[in-house]
Amino acid sequence: MGVLSPELREIAESIKARYPTGRERSAILPLLYLVQSVEGWVTREGLHDVAGLLGLTTAEVEAVASFYTMIRLRPTGQHVVAVCTNLACALRGAGAVHAAARDALGPNCGSVTEDGMFTLHEEECLGACDAAPVVTVNFVNFDRVTAEGIVELVGKLRRGETPQPSRGTFPGDFRDASRSLAGLGEAE
Amino acid sequence: MNGVRIITARWDEPDTVWVDRYVATAGYEALRKALKMTPVEVIEEVKASGLRGRGGAGFPTGVKWSFVPQDTGKPTYLVVNFDESEPGTFNNRELVERDPHQFLEGAIIAAYAVQCHTALIYVRGEFLWPGQVLERTLAEARGKGFLGKDILGSGFDLDVILHRGAGAYICGEETALLSSAEGYRGQPRQRPPFPAVEGLYASPTAINNIETLANVPHIIANGAKWFASIGPEKSPGTKIFSVSGKVVRPGNYEVPMGTPARVVIEELAGGILDGAKLKAWTPGGSSTPFLTADHLDVGLDFESIAAAGSLLGTGAMLVTDERDCMVEACRRLSQFYAHESCGKCTPCREGTWWVERILERIEGGSGRPEDLSLLDDLCLNMLFRGFCPLVDGAVSPISSTLKHFRSEYEAHIRERRCPFSSRPPMRSGLAPPAEEPPAPSFGSGPESVPISQVLR
Repeated sequence: MGVLSPELREIAESIKARYPTGRERSAILPLLYLVQSVEGWVTREGLHDVAGLLGLTTAEVEAVASFYTMIRLRPTGQHVVAVCTNLACALRGAGAVHAAARDALGPNCGSVTEDGMFTLHEEECLGACDAAPVVTVNFVNFDRVTAEGIVELVGKLRRGETPQPSRGTFPGDFRDASRSLAGLGEAE
Repeated sequence: MNGVRIITARWDEPDTVWVDRYVATAGYEALRKALKMTPVEVIEEVKASGLRGRGGAGFPTGVKWSFVPQDTGKPTYLVVNFDESEPGTFNNRELVERDPHQFLEGAIIAAYAVQCHTALIYVRGEFLWPGQVLERTLAEARGKGFLGKDILGSGFDLDVILHRGAGAYICGEETALLSSAEGYRGQPRQRPPFPAVEGLYASPTAINNIETLANVPHIIANGAKWFASIGPEKSPGTKIFSVSGKVVRPGNYEVPMGTPARVVIEELAGGILDGAKLKAWTPGGSSTPFLTADHLDVGLDFESIAAAGSLLGTGAMLVTDERDCMVEACRRLSQFYAHESCGKCTPCREGTWWVERILERIEGGSGRPEDLSLLDDLCLNMLFRGFCPLVDGAVSPISSTLKHFRSEYEAHIRERRCPFSSRPPMRSGLAPPAEEPPAPSFGSGPESVPISQVLR
């Protein structure tokens, strides 16, 4: 069975083919992103699929997956909201933004909210300090976000509206972002 | 105000993200010129320019390329390090978002110089949009014959692999990046062998930063002499400084190396918010020791900054003002290093964790007088004792704030509270600091709200 459909298995083979022959292990991160785009996070079954594709054991894949914070090994909300609280953003009020996000999202937002919609991250520097405080939702940036601004942003997502990020286009949800991270996204 | 702009010259014109406009503004002409030179001539030109790596270490780029052996029988690789994640640094991102063909042209020239046919761009995972920009850029370059087989009829072939990371600061360290790109945990490797000899897939590899590569087309087009004439002799060229924190106009500013810090902070970035006084700044990101208002006339180049007791690093200037608590600033940065330590070696894994605990209790009002000498001692046992430079970076904010702002630490311990906050002192040192959130300790201005109402 597995997580990947026959169609996605074909895509997985094309991801492996990006790398030099014999070096397919390099595809482990994009393949994990591919699995994440199906499941919304990476389950044991997903790890097993990636292991099968690369001729590794599930333990070897898990050892890699567990190193990287963007590969989620536990249930994750439909949208991942990340508030940078590192120094540049902290100096511009990120503490209040993070607190407002926590209040707006409610219980268990550190893992996943009860309605399954959100996971909140306190993020490290996102490399956009000129726009501090920085918030990302599914890895697209929102610049100079205030405490009121994040409440409004969360409200929009709850109502199913598409917010306009500061650059690029908004991926529908965390799964779509993961698909793009597997190198299958649209550049439009 | 800002006379010399080389690698940010096209930023005023949004259309130069597209290949047609890039070509119309002399884009890919340096590549044409380079392909008519021999690879050795290209390396010699870059060597003669004196260009030094912009990713933090400042190693001469041409020399690095000349270390890549051509007689091993293995393929050669170029790896582009776009894992920009040093806190405060955001110039690579803007270089890619605004003028992506410029660094790509530099990368193609670099690949030709080290005679490689496969380049790998390691993109920071969180950079979703810059990654999408790169996909588009690579497709355009392939379509125009700047990538692929027989580039511009020269017989030179080059393919580029776009590879995304997945959230790990350590992967900006070049050997950790290689481990990650090969499909392993992103942990650093022993050197030697150096990546030039055994890098990606144990093959000869050149690794360069985006800003470094962005300079290469200009050096080839205008000549090494022209480049070497800009800035100080040992640190030629310009540098983009990413200014953030308590300045009026945060942003990226390209200036000749050696420009006094005062010009960048006070003129270009507009000085400190609300007319407040500057307290501290980093020259090159959170891993470089803080300097103070006394150092504003120091020139921003490798040698001058080193002489002032810090490092040029990535050119990321994090600026705090008189209302900000340097203990809290240091605590937040230490939280970052504890989170990002890869766990491979003990001084870093254990040291960063303990430092964070100690700073937490000082900031929270339950610091002990002996904590300062304990921090001094920990710094000595961490600095240069780790497997890779991450731990040295972790020491920088601690040792430099202890040096320049020791009285702030002492005041926290004496008053049993953060003197920058309005909260009452703790009644007893017995209360666990995590029970209540610590007081806000960064001063407020119109645009800045107190931080750290949340203790993790």
